[in-house]
Amino acid sequence: MSVASEVSGRPQAATDLLFSRKAKKQRNMGQILRWMVLFLGGLIMIAPIAYMISTSLKWPHEVYNVNLIPEEPTIENYTYVLEDGRFYGWFVNSIIIALITTVSNLFFDSLVGYTLCKFRFPGRQIVFIAILSTLMIPTEMLVIPWYMMSQSFGWLDSYWGIMFPGLMTAFGTFLMKQFFESVPDDFLEAARIDGLNEFQIWWRIAMPLVKPALAALAIFVFLGNWTAFLWPLIVTNSVEMYTVPVGLSGFGDEVDVAWELIMTGAAISTLPTLIVFLIFQRFIIRGVVMAGLKG
Amino acid sequence: MADLSLKKLTKAYGQVEVLHGIDLDISDGEFVVFVGPSGCGKSTSLRMIAGLEEITGGEIWIDGRMVNNLEPKERDIAMVFQNYAIYPHMTVRKNIAFGLWNAPMSKSEKSARIEEVARVLDMDNLLDRKPSQLSGGQRQRVAIGRAMVRNPAVFLFDEPLSNLDAQLRTQMRLEIKKLHQKVGNTIIFVTHDQVEAMTLADRIVIMKDGFIQQIGTPEEVFHNPVNAFVAQFIGAPSMNMLEATGNGQDLSLRNGEKLPLQVTTLTGQKLLVGIRPDDLVLHPETPLITGNISVREPLGSETLIYVSSSHGEIVARVPGKDAPRVGEEVHLGANPDSLHVFDAESGAALV
Ligand SMILES: Nc1ncnc2c1ncn2[C@@H]1O[C@H](COP(=O)(O)OP(=O)(O)O)[C@@H](O)[C@H]1O
Ligand SMILES: [Mg+2]
Repeated sequence: MSVASEVSGRPQAATDLLFSRKAKKQRNMGQILRWMVLFLGGLIMIAPIAYMISTSLKWPHEVYNVNLIPEEPTIENYTYVLEDGRFYGWFVNSIIIALITTVSNLFFDSLVGYTLCKFRFPGRQIVFIAILSTLMIPTEMLVIPWYMMSQSFGWLDSYWGIMFPGLMTAFGTFLMKQFFESVPDDFLEAARIDGLNEFQIWWRIAMPLVKPALAALAIFVFLGNWTAFLWPLIVTNSVEMYTVPVGLSGFGDEVDVAWELIMTGAAISTLPTLIVFLIFQRFIIRGVVMAGLKG
Repeated sequence: MADLSLKKLTKAYGQVEVLHGIDLDISDGEFVVFVGPSGCGKSTSLRMIAGLEEITGGEIWIDGRMVNNLEPKERDIAMVFQNYAIYPHMTVRKNIAFGLWNAPMSKSEKSARIEEVARVLDMDNLLDRKPSQLSGGQRQRVAIGRAMVRNPAVFLFDEPLSNLDAQLRTQMRLEIKKLHQKVGNTIIFVTHDQVEAMTLADRIVIMKDGFIQQIGTPEEVFHNPVNAFVAQFIGAPSMNMLEATGNGQDLSLRNGEKLPLQVTTLTGQKLLVGIRPDDLVLHPETPLITGNISVREPLGSETLIYVSSSHGEIVARVPGKDAPRVGEEVHLGANPDSLHVFDAESGAALV
């Protein structure tokens, strides 16, 4: 278009050209600004990870230097942490707890969310609000009742004790309920006519249709439990029952925290979260694309 | 295959009654179409028959059984939904197989049955595709296949063609009719499109505001509409309605024109005289309507002309050849036998 107006050479065309150049320039400025903001955001997010890895490669005497590149890089910390039998045990604990909790959340959150979304029964709204209201109570307030409960049931210092508060979450229930809203009732009615019972309708028809939501929930729950600190710290006593974050915090003593070891453990423990994310993000991205097509 | 009866069927959502006592008997193998404007209760009736909607009052009988308290799967029905409702995460084969969920058949019997249905619907080559790889018409076919596969006593269709484009709609309409002739199951078909109703039905049930207006063959409802609503709803373009006043043995139109009548009216009774666009002729011996053409719509062999007259806008269907032009003055007349007379207040036909 701009070529054509240049050739024609009429004054009108010239101003067109001027305007379009100006507009282009403004567009470029906007673009640059956007890139800069994104770049800064990226930097802010990457910095702690970079420092984590950097610190894990430093000798203890260098830990408090802020330089990103270690003067004498070493993998000594990794050898130490991996050879220390305790870390391996904590890792297994964390995996077991995060996996069971994730599966449990995927099952129960979506079961309850589905019921609240697709069935009309007296008290439905009250149940929903009751579940939602638990979102407003912070974990810090809940640990004391949880602890008392665990103590009286003998759940202290056990997997069950660590897991039970998170086996179902209000957030997950809410998320799944919202996603089930997007499943048309016609599918469920068609299945009802086909002769599936209500559980089969949920499991075979509704659940496959909300896979993106399940993937997102899986990531949230897994990460949340993998990094959980306060409650596992409180409910566990024996070193063998520690999870990774609890165990790591105990490297070193009160006076002399072994940051290089903590950072090494943290670096190793990001691996499972990366794997979980890589497995499930496929579904999430596809889900976003699908939602886009519908709208 | 089965008879189906609705007896004084009512439905209320909370305090609001939306169906007010539907009585209907459908015999084995009949193709019945529910037609009516949007919101008249067609889908609600169908869903009550299917068992998807609770029955507020009355009874539903299928094949000699009262099914009021039976689950959908126990009613021996199958349903095709407006937006197909085929499961997007399964192949066509799997979708159709779901129709046989409860069928007491072996695996090989089931797959033979699926192949057979696919052949009848001419989609054997689509069985391993996912719904996202199908066109609208093909999806519709899958939905019909899933309904057909277990050979139900009654097929229920809820506006199955309204998401298709015009050409495909006509084609699928024909296919459904052929399918019915081939398999012979009882069909209840819901639509808001009177052309679909006329072309498909053995009998048409015309509904409005939760009441049945008329039940009859396409010919009956077209030629002998029981009231002004049916008369205007069936037939395209709609029947013209002229205001008139009765004088015993004849009636006078608004422009003073007198018409002889086969029916007796009260003197001074307000009437509506219905004339179908097809029944109006140009250059009659005794003109009823005179006016200028405001719009014309050529359809090929015929042309629709819209005439502004003292009776309001009147539509006539005239031969396409040498049809009058816009602005031209025309005289229209009709054979007195083709007129329909309705009471203006109740809308009831006078016969
Ligand atoms: N779930 C519902 N709750 C309240 N009113 C409803 C519900 N479903 C349908 N209706 C009302 O019932 C009437 C009939 O609806 P429907 O059978 O869907 O009409 P249609 O003839 O267009 O299929 C409408 O007035 C509609 O608003
Ligand atoms: Mg409807």
